[in-house]
Amino acid sequence: MKALRDYLDKIKPRFREGGKLEKFHSTFEAFETFLFVPDKTTFKGSHIRDYIDLKRTMTVVILALVPSLLFGIWNVGFQHFRSLGQDAGFWQLVGFGLVKVLPIVVVSYVTGLAVEFAFAQYRKHEVNEGFLVSGMLIPLVMPPDIPLWMVAVATVFAVILGKEAFGGTGMNVFNPALLARAFLFFAYPASMTGDTTWTAGLASGKGVVDGFSGATPLSNAAAEALDKIPSLTDLFFGFIPGSIGETSKLAILIGAVILILTGIGSWRIMLSGLIGGVTMTLIFNAFAVNKYMTIDPLTQIMMGSFMFGMVFMATDPVTAAQTNKGKWIYGFLAGFFAIMVRVFNPAYPEGTMLAILLMNTFAPLIDHYVIESNIKRRLKRAKVTVKS
Amino acid sequence: MAETIKIKKGLNINLIGKAQHKVTEIVPDDFALKPTDFNGVFPRLLVKEGDEVKAGSPIFCDKYREEIVFTSPVSGRVAEIKRGDKRVLQEICIQAEPKTEYVDFGKNEAASLTREDLVKKMLQSGVWPMVRQRPYNVIANPADIADDVFISGFDSAPLAPDYGFILKNEIAGFQAGVNVLARLTKGKVYIGVPSNDHPLTGINNAVITCFEGPHPAGNVGIQIHHIKPVNKGDIIWTVNPQDVVIIGKLFTLGVYDAAVTIAVAGSEARDPHYYRTLKGVSVKSLLVNDAKNGNTRIISGNVLTGTKISHNGYLGFYHHQFTLIPEGNYHEFFGWALPGLKKFSFSKTFFSWTHGKREYKLDTNLHGGVRSYVMTGMYEKVLPMDILPMQLIKACLVEDIELMEKLGIYEVDEEDFALVEFIDTSKTEIQSIIRKGLDLVRKEMN
Repeated sequence: MKALRDYLDKIKPRFREGGKLEKFHSTFEAFETFLFVPDKTTFKGSHIRDYIDLKRTMTVVILALVPSLLFGIWNVGFQHFRSLGQDAGFWQLVGFGLVKVLPIVVVSYVTGLAVEFAFAQYRKHEVNEGFLVSGMLIPLVMPPDIPLWMVAVATVFAVILGKEAFGGTGMNVFNPALLARAFLFFAYPASMTGDTTWTAGLASGKGVVDGFSGATPLSNAAAEALDKIPSLTDLFFGFIPGSIGETSKLAILIGAVILILTGIGSWRIMLSGLIGGVTMTLIFNAFAVNKYMTIDPLTQIMMGSFMFGMVFMATDPVTAAQTNKGKWIYGFLAGFFAIMVRVFNPAYPEGTMLAILLMNTFAPLIDHYVIESNIKRRLKRAKVTVKS
Repeated sequence: MAETIKIKKGLNINLIGKAQHKVTEIVPDDFALKPTDFNGVFPRLLVKEGDEVKAGSPIFCDKYREEIVFTSPVSGRVAEIKRGDKRVLQEICIQAEPKTEYVDFGKNEAASLTREDLVKKMLQSGVWPMVRQRPYNVIANPADIADDVFISGFDSAPLAPDYGFILKNEIAGFQAGVNVLARLTKGKVYIGVPSNDHPLTGINNAVITCFEGPHPAGNVGIQIHHIKPVNKGDIIWTVNPQDVVIIGKLFTLGVYDAAVTIAVAGSEARDPHYYRTLKGVSVKSLLVNDAKNGNTRIISGNVLTGTKISHNGYLGFYHHQFTLIPEGNYHEFFGWALPGLKKFSFSKTFFSWTHGKREYKLDTNLHGGVRSYVMTGMYEKVLPMDILPMQLIKACLVEDIELMEKLGIYEVDEEDFALVEFIDTSKTEIQSIIRKGLDLVRKEMN
């Protein structure tokens, strides 16, 4: 390690102001701090600091996403061969999945990080680690057959207009990964909706066995074909077509446990989101004017991307409500609207994405009222003391 | 039995190098007063190099409040006046003589004096700066009458001195000090203790409250918040318990006796224990050959709120310990990615949490780069106040005085945000941000 350290110290001056490679200062710094934690020490204030930093935080989130990614890779293969009616071994499934999923991950990271690095250099900032998570979330909310150029365009759109335009990591209003998905959803609906997009190779229609429609549980539900909704076991383990990372609730729950245990993800948002979704479903159950509204809460929350959204998207600390009380309200409404949009709006088979983006818009307003209540409490206390 | 208030939020950082309960008495010859210890004070020197002084002789005063003088803790000669950048007064070093001579301020019980005479005596002798006011945590204005006086009888910071141990033989002086302070306020004197067997629970003329829980339960600001939160226009005075003893002795003995018991602690201190000495003592005279190696951070005060000093530095006026920890000026290969079995973190992102309770050795490395604020909901976990920390910090950053007021800037001091700064993922200097906010509000209000 010493040789590497010495080499970095040797080439460092070239990247400083006035050096030959000054243009790549942020890039160099990003790689240097990736390899080595900086030797910077505290100067004033607290002399000791917690070992946690943004890199560690983001690493934990990526770690929490790994089960979903791994299952997604396997499931892409599994759904593909199921649609062909062929039996395939475990490694064949994984191999097929890797060929489909890995390029999407690579394209998402490469385009996103390129934009991030360019902006960091332009602003003379250090490169923020925020995109490390967005870059993983984007592939996980994509259908397996998405053309790679669309991934690239959506990523660039999300990073520039969703994040950098607002000032970069920590300043954005909307969750960048969801913005990337929303962009594709509205710009290229043919690749993002319909029954054939969720299973790799199905759109071409070659060799597909009879009776395999590729319909997701949600489209079954929207078509009021409740008998075609897979069993709870299939929904829970994720043997269903869908976006790459959303299908396995087990993998998502493992991620949720990691996020909650480490204190990185907000359990308040996850729990209140769940409560919100269940509440809306129960209200629907009470009225039940169509078949979709009769679906029980457990099935409802296990279909589609509800769980994935509540665990990984709604909890994004930057775009969620920032106060603890606000998080309860924000999560509840996100879950509530996700189910409402899903059931009521035939144009949007899944409501989670739109519900969370909507709540991103309202998060500052929710916080505003929480802050106001804190201020009022203080003013009231002051008045009481003046009287006595 | 005292009323007990349980503090749930907070964090105890368990560090190696706690001071053992033994005391070395030492009165070396090297002392200093540091004008930089006092928030908002503009010093005007009253001595020059070579002047002879006694314990209690004025050394400098505040340019804008001339009645507030700062006096020598020892008798001897003004050895050196050190200035820093822009000729800012840094240290006034005093070479002590072996036998201390005191300025005589006259022995008399506090009860026999009028309030004005009481204040006048405290001002003249230089003990007045020990009385600080909230809001702003600056030296109290002698013209004010405090609503209440608060004394925290314990320090919950990492490696902090144990006041129960220090004060058990000083109860008479402490009681005398409390009697003086009780005369200064129109309200009461409140004392916070960590348990019902603490020596200060027997003090009369004061309200004793027991605070149980992790750091910052011992911060006087937290105790005020839970008993009588500071509203706009309120004036609360606070005094450190050892300073209460010094104030008491001023009246019972008639002299400025600056004797204090201080702790030397930290993983780099060879024999961490207590020293009985005087305020403003030099670290060199206590630690000659005591620090284990050269790459050591010497702190006057504790690891969360203290001041970095050099090997030739001195104890701060409000500090009661020196802490020695390793410097962190090294690169760590993939430090952010390793499991981190020995890395202390408030979050559970390092596997050190699986090891339960043990003592850690922490250095001064920042452990990361400065970033925008990304994480939310963390600060609240270590600030046991009805305050929205993130929002208050941002109000300070944008210098919105009205918003700061509304969000409770009057209730806080920078030390209350020390843990927030410690756990901050974004590695920002939160205590400085709060201090700047406080200074700004104070400037606008006066």
